[in-house]
Amino acid sequence: MFKFFGKQKKFSASQFKQKEVPEKLYNKCESCSEMIYYQDLDQNKHVCPKCGHHFSLKAYKRIELTVDLGTFREFNKLMKTKNVLDFPGYMDKLDKASKQSGLKEAVITGYGDIQGKRCVICVMDSNFMMGSMGSVVGEKITRAIEKSMKHRLPLVIYCASGGARMQEGIVSLMQMAKVSAALKKHSEMGLLYICVLTHPTTGGVTASFAMLGDIILAEPGALIGFAGPRVIKQTIRQELPEGFQSAEFLQDHGFVDKVVNRNDMRKTLYRILKIHGGE
Amino acid sequence: MEKNKILLDGELQRVKHDPLENVNIARSIERPTAKDYIDMIFDHFIELHGDRAYGDDASTIGGIAMLNDMPVTVIGQQKGRDLDENLKRNFAMPYPEGYRKALRLMKQAEKFNRPIICFVDTPGAYCGLGAEERGQGHAIATNLFEISELKVPVISVVIGEGGSGGALALSVGDQMWMMEYAIYSILSPEGFASILWKDSSKVKEAADLMKLTSFDLFNLGIADKIIPEPTGGISMKGPYQDCMQYLKDLLVGEIRSLKAMPIKGLLKKRYQKYRNIGI
Ligand SMILES: [Zn+2]
Repeated sequence: MFKFFGKQKKFSASQFKQKEVPEKLYNKCESCSEMIYYQDLDQNKHVCPKCGHHFSLKAYKRIELTVDLGTFREFNKLMKTKNVLDFPGYMDKLDKASKQSGLKEAVITGYGDIQGKRCVICVMDSNFMMGSMGSVVGEKITRAIEKSMKHRLPLVIYCASGGARMQEGIVSLMQMAKVSAALKKHSEMGLLYICVLTHPTTGGVTASFAMLGDIILAEPGALIGFAGPRVIKQTIRQELPEGFQSAEFLQDHGFVDKVVNRNDMRKTLYRILKIHGGE
Repeated sequence: MEKNKILLDGELQRVKHDPLENVNIARSIERPTAKDYIDMIFDHFIELHGDRAYGDDASTIGGIAMLNDMPVTVIGQQKGRDLDENLKRNFAMPYPEGYRKALRLMKQAEKFNRPIICFVDTPGAYCGLGAEERGQGHAIATNLFEISELKVPVISVVIGEGGSGGALALSVGDQMWMMEYAIYSILSPEGFASILWKDSSKVKEAADLMKLTSFDLFNLGIADKIIPEPTGGISMKGPYQDCMQYLKDLLVGEIRSLKAMPIKGLLKKRYQKYRNIGI
C-alpha cells in the first residue's frame, strides 16, 4: 500500500529541524509577561505554563510536535516562486524571508503519521512573509490535496496566514479558487479534511481553505477572521469588542468545531482520524 | 466594430489605458450598474430575495430571466446611482448573506438546469463586525468550493470594480469576461498603497504596479474576453446600447456552446482553468 515511499530518502526528525537562531535561555510570555525557562516552554509544547498563552510555532517544530518521529516525508521542498508581476524588490524580499525563517516558502507539505495514522499534512508558517499565500503556497497545497486524493489519505492543514501575498497581486487571489476547487474534488471522493486554525488566520486563507474543513479545530486565543482588526477598526471607526475574532469567538458563532489546547491536539487529531477509519 | 476586432484578436498591446484613469472610469457613477445590464440584456427578470438563513442583502441582487429563448439565473453586485441608494446597497459591498443568497440561487439554477450569468461590481466584501460574526470568510470560501462543481455553465462579467475575494466569490465559473474599462485586483489601489508604503495617497504608483486593467488580466490568462467599450468608457449618459447588445450576442453564443459540452468536460475545463494559474 505504501510503496510510494520507496523512492524517497528517509529523514530522521533532527534532519528536518529548521535552521534557526539558538533559542534564548528564557522567553517572556507575550500575554502574562512571565519569564519562562526555555526547556520548560519546550516541554509544554510552547504553551505558557502560567497563563496558557500559545506561542507561535515554526513549521518544522509543528511537524515535530504533530507527527510520529521519522515519518515525515516532505513534498516539493525546493519549490520557489517566480516574480509573476515583475514586482520591484520582491525577489530580495523573498531571499530575506528565506534567510530569516529557514524556509523556502510559507508552507511545508508532506506525508506524516499521527499515532500510526497516515495522512497528508500541510503546515503554514507566519514567520515567512506573514504566512501570505502566493502562487507557491497555492500550488504546494493543491499538490498536497492531489496526493491525498491519489492515495486516499486524510488531509490535515495547519493554517497561519496574514492573507494573500500582495506582491503577486491577482495571481495570488486566484490561488484561493484553485485550492478550493481541489478541496471540492477531495470532498466528493469522501475523504476527510481537518483544518487547524492557528494564530493568525486571516484574509484569503480564511476566505478559502481555512473554512472548508470537514472538521475545523483552532488553537486557543488564535486570531481568526476575514478582515484584520486594523481594517475593521478603520471601517467602523470604533474599538472592537474584547475577544472579537478569537478562536473562542468563532466557536461561539458557529465557525469552529472545537478549540483545542496544543497539548491535546495530537490526541484529538488521532481520535478524529480513528473515527473516520482507515489504517 | 473595427476596434472590437482588434481587441478580440488579442492584439491588446495596441490599446493601453492609463491604470489610474482606468480605475476612476471603472468607479464612475455614470457607468451602467448590474441592474442596467439586466434590464437591457434579459427579458422577464424576476428578482428573488434572501439567503433563507439570515436576511436579504441588497448589495447583491439575483433572480430568474430569459436570455432570448433560454431560461437563465442572473446575479449581480449592485451599486447605487446616488448616496441614498448606495447606503441601501452598502456601496455594493456584500455581507455574508449576499454570498449565501447568490449560492442559493446558483443551486436552484443547477436544479432546473439553467445557465448562470454573474455581473461583478464591488469594491470588496464588507469588513465589519456583523460580517465577521456571520462568517464572511466562510461565505466566500463556500462559494469558491461549490461553484467549482456546479453542473451548469457559469459566466461572469466584471462590469466595474472587481475587488478582491468579494469579487472572486462570483467570478470563478467557466468564463470570466471583463468590460474594457473594468478593473480586477487583489485589493483597492488605496489599500495596496497603504499596506506596502503605509501611504494610501500613493494610488497612482499602486495602480501602475498592480496589473489591474482588463488588458492585464487578459494577458495573465485570467480574463477570457474583453468587451470593448466606447472610448473613455461606457456611460448611461452616452451611447451604451451597442456595447450591451454586443455583450448580449456574445453571451448567447457562449452559453449555447457551453451547454453543448458534456458536463464532465465542462467541469474538467473549469477546474483546469484555475489549476493552471500560478506556478
Ligand atoms: Zn503567560
